[in-house]
Amino acid sequence: MKDTMRGAAAIVGIGELKPERTRPGRDAMSLLAEAAYLAIQDAGLTKADIDGMILEEGMTPTGSGYNTKMGEYMGIFPTFATGCDAQGAAGVTMALQAAAYINAGLCDYVLCGMSAAIDGSRPRRPAGPGHTDTATSEFAVPFGPTVGANGWYAMIAKRYEKLYGATVEKRAKISVDLRYNANHNPMAIWHDVPITVDDVVKSRIVADPLHLLECVMPCAGACAFIVTRADIARGMRHKPAYVLGGANGVSRGNLTHVGEITISPVGRAARKAFAMAGYGPSDVQVMEIYDSFTITVMCELEESGFCPKGTAGDWVQDHDLTFKGDKPLNTHGGQLSYGQASTAGGCAQVTEAVRQIRRDAGEHQVPGPTDLIYVTGSGGTFSQQSALLLASDAAL
Amino acid sequence: MATTSEYKKPLPTPSHVSRPFWDAAKEHRLTYQRCTACGTRVFYPRDICPGPECFGVGTLEWVESSGKGWVYACSISYQPAHPSFAEDVPYVLAIIELDEGVRMHTNVVGIDPKEVAIGMRVEVAWDDVTPEISLPKFRPIQK
Repeated sequence: MKDTMRGAAAIVGIGELKPERTRPGRDAMSLLAEAAYLAIQDAGLTKADIDGMILEEGMTPTGSGYNTKMGEYMGIFPTFATGCDAQGAAGVTMALQAAAYINAGLCDYVLCGMSAAIDGSRPRRPAGPGHTDTATSEFAVPFGPTVGANGWYAMIAKRYEKLYGATVEKRAKISVDLRYNANHNPMAIWHDVPITVDDVVKSRIVADPLHLLECVMPCAGACAFIVTRADIARGMRHKPAYVLGGANGVSRGNLTHVGEITISPVGRAARKAFAMAGYGPSDVQVMEIYDSFTITVMCELEESGFCPKGTAGDWVQDHDLTFKGDKPLNTHGGQLSYGQASTAGGCAQVTEAVRQIRRDAGEHQVPGPTDLIYVTGSGGTFSQQSALLLASDAAL
Repeated sequence: MATTSEYKKPLPTPSHVSRPFWDAAKEHRLTYQRCTACGTRVFYPRDICPGPECFGVGTLEWVESSGKGWVYACSISYQPAHPSFAEDVPYVLAIIELDEGVRMHTNVVGIDPKEVAIGMRVEVAWDDVTPEISLPKFRPIQK
């Protein structure tokens, strides 16, 4: 077995801002800096310690050189800095990049993170006719753009229903169990509102067949974490979360590309992640699965190897997905109930895994073992999906 | 048909690579590309062949489609992202697979949205939205 970066690095600091519907007067750089400062302090480090940086500007970039702008803004000047263009898969991918750079000796303390600003003073939807400008939007938008990714995932869900039969009555269990997790997490945006399957089924259809309570709510927020060498990590204040393996499957840019759209490319990433870590799906104790929609979770569970293709609708009925259950899933509430601050939503699934490994999740701590946690990220429309295995030293 | 300034929905901006598609569309001809080196059929238009073993640059030629296909995926849109579509709600967003094997985004028209089903046979129904642009929408094939 050739040498890999398995176990070479660990996440030792985390920082998150609570997702909010709007954060008036705060821009993306200030939100990211705030989360970054929390992560650096959580690790017990100083700004001068940070010699690596992987920051992502989000999906509406205003130019290049984001690391230089953020470096100057925060007063942090690393000797290795790059970005991560993986959309929703960025949080997971950054953990892999950081581990690889550390394993290669390029840097020792890597700051990773991103943010999303919603000021609230301007309307969320675009006003006036827009011009299509890329080869893909030229052939999609004239027929009716969708709100976020709702329309694209709705078409995936429609095909899934046709092929495998799981309708909202089954998909709703995911929303309900994840909301239960959020009800026990004061940082979650839906902390105060419990829901039932009936609530999900009765919630309005946003893009047939997806109902409102099957979709994330866009929020403002930020998420950051610090990765360092395993030997350094052992001497730091928190229990390290070791990066054991991962990969990032690229499949398509556009939903009209060839292939079956209900197959999520996380399968290819998962196989490599498990091989690098030396584990299989049955070893996983907790899962943080990218949940932009219920249908996203179902396809990822299947492709990752937790249940056969087409059976996730029944699988979620048969298992308790709450943090107290037999298959703890998205223990912080998932992006569905914790909130999605754009690409920081996927990053918060990484930091939640770290918190669970540390046994530091408070009211929503998984009572059972949390030594091996599987995390996924998803970008675009099943365009690019990443898989990551994080472990405590008991699972190294 | 509206004048270009009256039509409020997003219009495609033809590029050097897509111009032939929109020119043929104006004549109500549905076209796609096929690689002369490896035979791969391609849509949306491009200069480079995406065939799995092909390095073709500039090897794609335009071919006419029968205009017939089937509904690969669909969704009724109840919530338009663009205000200009509000009057059309509910409308059907769909991915059609042409008999030739390529897929395209479109709307399915001429039928109650709730009747549109995956697998349904459809044929192109041109929507002449402006003097320059005709959009390929699809309707159920009349038996």
